Amino acid sequence: MSRTIHLTLKVWRQEGAEGKGRLETYEARDISTDMSFLEMLDVVNERLTLEGKEPIAFDHDCREGICGMCGAVVNGRPHGPEKGTTLCQLHMRHFQDGDTLVIEPWRSRAFPVVRDLVVDRGALDKIIQAGGYVSVNTGSAPEANSLPVPEETAELAMDAAACIGCGACVAACPNAAAMLFIGAKVSHLALLPQGRPEAADRVRAMTLEMDRLGFGACSNHKECEAECPKEISISHIARLNREFFKSGFFSRK
Amino acid sequence: MTLNARVPDGPLAEKWDRHRFEMKLVNPANKRRFDIIVVGTGLAGGSASASLAELGYNVKAFCIQDSPRRAHSIAAQGGINAAKDYTNEGDSIWRLFYDTIKGGDFRSREANVYRLAQVSNHIIDQCTAQGVPFAREYGGLLANRSFGGVQVQRTFYARGQTGQQLLLGAYGAMSRQVKAGKVTVYPRRDMLDLVVMGGRARGIVVRNLVTGRIERHAAHAVVLATGGYANVYFLSTNAMSSNVSATYRAYRRGAPFANPCFTQIHPTCIPVHGDYQSKLTLMSESLRNDGRIWVPQTPGDQRPASQVPEEERDYYLERKYPAFGNLVPRDVASRNAKTVCDEGKGVGETGYAVYLDFADALRREGRESIERKYGNLFQMYERITGENPYETPMMIYPAVHYTMGGLWVDYNLMSTLPGLFVIGEANFSDHGANRLGASALMQGLADGYFILPVTIGGYLAEGGLAEVAVDDPAFEQAEEDAAARIKRLLDVGGRRTVDDFHRELGRIMWEYCGMSRTDEGLTKARGLIQDLRAAFWQGVTVPGSAPSFNQSLEKAGRVADFLEFAELMVLDAVSRCESCGCHFNEAYQTEEGEARRDDEKCRHVAAWEWAGDGREPILTLEPLEFENVELKQRSYK
Repeated sequence: MSRTIHLTLKVWRQEGAEGKGRLETYEARDISTDMSFLEMLDVVNERLTLEGKEPIAFDHDCREGICGMCGAVVNGRPHGPEKGTTLCQLHMRHFQDGDTLVIEPWRSRAFPVVRDLVVDRGALDKIIQAGGYVSVNTGSAPEANSLPVPEETAELAMDAAACIGCGACVAACPNAAAMLFIGAKVSHLALLPQGRPEAADRVRAMTLEMDRLGFGACSNHKECEAECPKEISISHIARLNREFFKSGFFSRK
Repeated sequence: MTLNARVPDGPLAEKWDRHRFEMKLVNPANKRRFDIIVVGTGLAGGSASASLAELGYNVKAFCIQDSPRRAHSIAAQGGINAAKDYTNEGDSIWRLFYDTIKGGDFRSREANVYRLAQVSNHIIDQCTAQGVPFAREYGGLLANRSFGGVQVQRTFYARGQTGQQLLLGAYGAMSRQVKAGKVTVYPRRDMLDLVVMGGRARGIVVRNLVTGRIERHAAHAVVLATGGYANVYFLSTNAMSSNVSATYRAYRRGAPFANPCFTQIHPTCIPVHGDYQSKLTLMSESLRNDGRIWVPQTPGDQRPASQVPEEERDYYLERKYPAFGNLVPRDVASRNAKTVCDEGKGVGETGYAVYLDFADALRREGRESIERKYGNLFQMYERITGENPYETPMMIYPAVHYTMGGLWVDYNLMSTLPGLFVIGEANFSDHGANRLGASALMQGLADGYFILPVTIGGYLAEGGLAEVAVDDPAFEQAEEDAAARIKRLLDVGGRRTVDDFHRELGRIMWEYCGMSRTDEGLTKARGLIQDLRAAFWQGVTVPGSAPSFNQSLEKAGRVADFLEFAELMVLDAVSRCESCGCHFNEAYQTEEGEARRDDEKCRHVAAWEWAGDGREPILTLEPLEFENVELKQRSYK
């Protein structure tokens, strides 16, 4: 059954990439524990609007945990305290009456703040553009069942492909590395026969692009795995490293 | 206005081949001279952008989100249909065609639907080659499952995340073309208007959502892949930013809007739980393969599910439709849920929910098998409701999910406005009055990968497209109009928030233009919408300024368009004097309470044309000819 709780929010407010940010305090009263975290922010924003103040900017879209648009650091943890949960799927029943929540945007040199909790994650698109795909033109595909893939392999590839590109792994990492993000894509495609022909070039291109964009390096803190809302395993980083090592022998470049 | 569907002559199965042969082609070397704007990067827009760029066209792709990978197609769970017949059940292109036409209650064009079924198999090949990790059998070949409204297993799936995987495939293909320099992506852009020059669509004006600046973009053709308008109901399963503005603005520039009242109510969603609720969450229809839907037989029965003995439960779908049982089409399943809840048999805190029970399936197959099929859905349910569906039955209720109506297009997917192409959910073409499960992904990708890239070439090859520049007066005018509208929104300075108006609009639409409609209710709704619109322009408050990142302003513009568009939906619903598919007017039903079509009077597409502010839109009918299927009363018994 639902309860009603009162919370104190300390929210990062920042007008633009150049602006200087600050934490501001808001009271969130009469919050139903059935609400999602973002619905709680909606309620706070409705109240701010009626008080003539500017609402808190935050990214969100599907509110089903799949689009990867939402995300903020809540009390130091990307997407908040629940394991395997995006911010939109975090429900207020996990908080206690009287709690204070510090809500901040993703922090990384590669993710400049756009406004308040909104950051620019264009760098993740650039990494995919560097090679995160199979090069197959529309119309040239062979019959789908001409290439069997062991069920176990397909499932493992699917585990990696579940990445929603939210950037929580980067926000969680002390080095702001994007290794889990890249590992997931490299691993997904390297596991499948469709992805093998380009595997060596792909892993090199994506890794170089990651370095160029200002992401840090992995030093095995495993924070990314702990905070990934899709619970993607760091074994995919291990596969990324193996693929990278192999590519030294096989890449044409 | 005349509506020429441009359906090619000849036998149904040969039309698409013949059409492709008869269309003019653009020489491969000349394709680079053409610029194409694609608005929206979901399955339709993403696949179109990639495929057009592969052909050599220069593509400018626009999306609202911060990345093209986040379009709402990503949330589709269940699967994608194709006529592969890997299961040896007697499936065929013809059967997929027939099921889709029948599922749509005979309100779609035969030729379009047949073509959809024809290209369905290529989609599976294409996506598999891209590395989409579809579910597989132990032998390594692709697995299939069944979905509502059909009796063969033709649905391909990737766990409960099929939309995500297909979209990431298209996004990958598109990203490859970004690297190749053939696609330029413009993220965080909101389309504010369509620019028409010399009677042709030649560009768009968009608002850069980060800077607030209005930008102009010209092209030789404009493709709208902007999805559906289910958010007119405020609560729907659509993503928060899904809106009607792009298609509605095109409508105001002369593109007819077809069948706007055809909106699908999905039977298996998590019930509403409070006023603050911002959206509804769908539970894939695939759950109906193994879940059994029931309510207590006695109205007002407050006992928990576990204490209601078997003989006091009403498995109403299995009872009424023994052949299809829990797998009846969505409209039938939704309406029946509403009926039992209206009879007082609903469950849960509000009484607006029915059980979806997996106890039998868990006993039969074991937890591991169920977990493999639906694990992430069960998790999602538990996360939202705090209840464990392995132990207590799920509670579900219908919610608005998809809109079959959309901009009118001909066989080439082009509007009556030359140069304006509309694909995916944004057009009206393939699903008639009701869409079958796993058909939306199929249509979006059919349009984007295989149909549009061919037909747009036919248009461009016709020639007669002068070069245009963004300093043309038509662009100037469109930008001025858009800026004036933004200023007007900011200047109202009222006391009610945008969401508050949107919520009220949603209540009106759900009550009077939802699962069950009456002429009186619709007429009343029209008045209520007009009043609400007037109140909005006098009483809305939009904080912040125009030249900045301003999410309240974004929402305000979209809700302002919904407030106009809602009236068009109601008008369309009143003018359709029959029940068909999802459009259920209580005055037209069979003795058993099923939708009763009127094929004499209503075998048509209703296309509405903008006539100016304050004037009644003009209705033009496109008669639907059925030469290959026999029109029948749908029966799922």
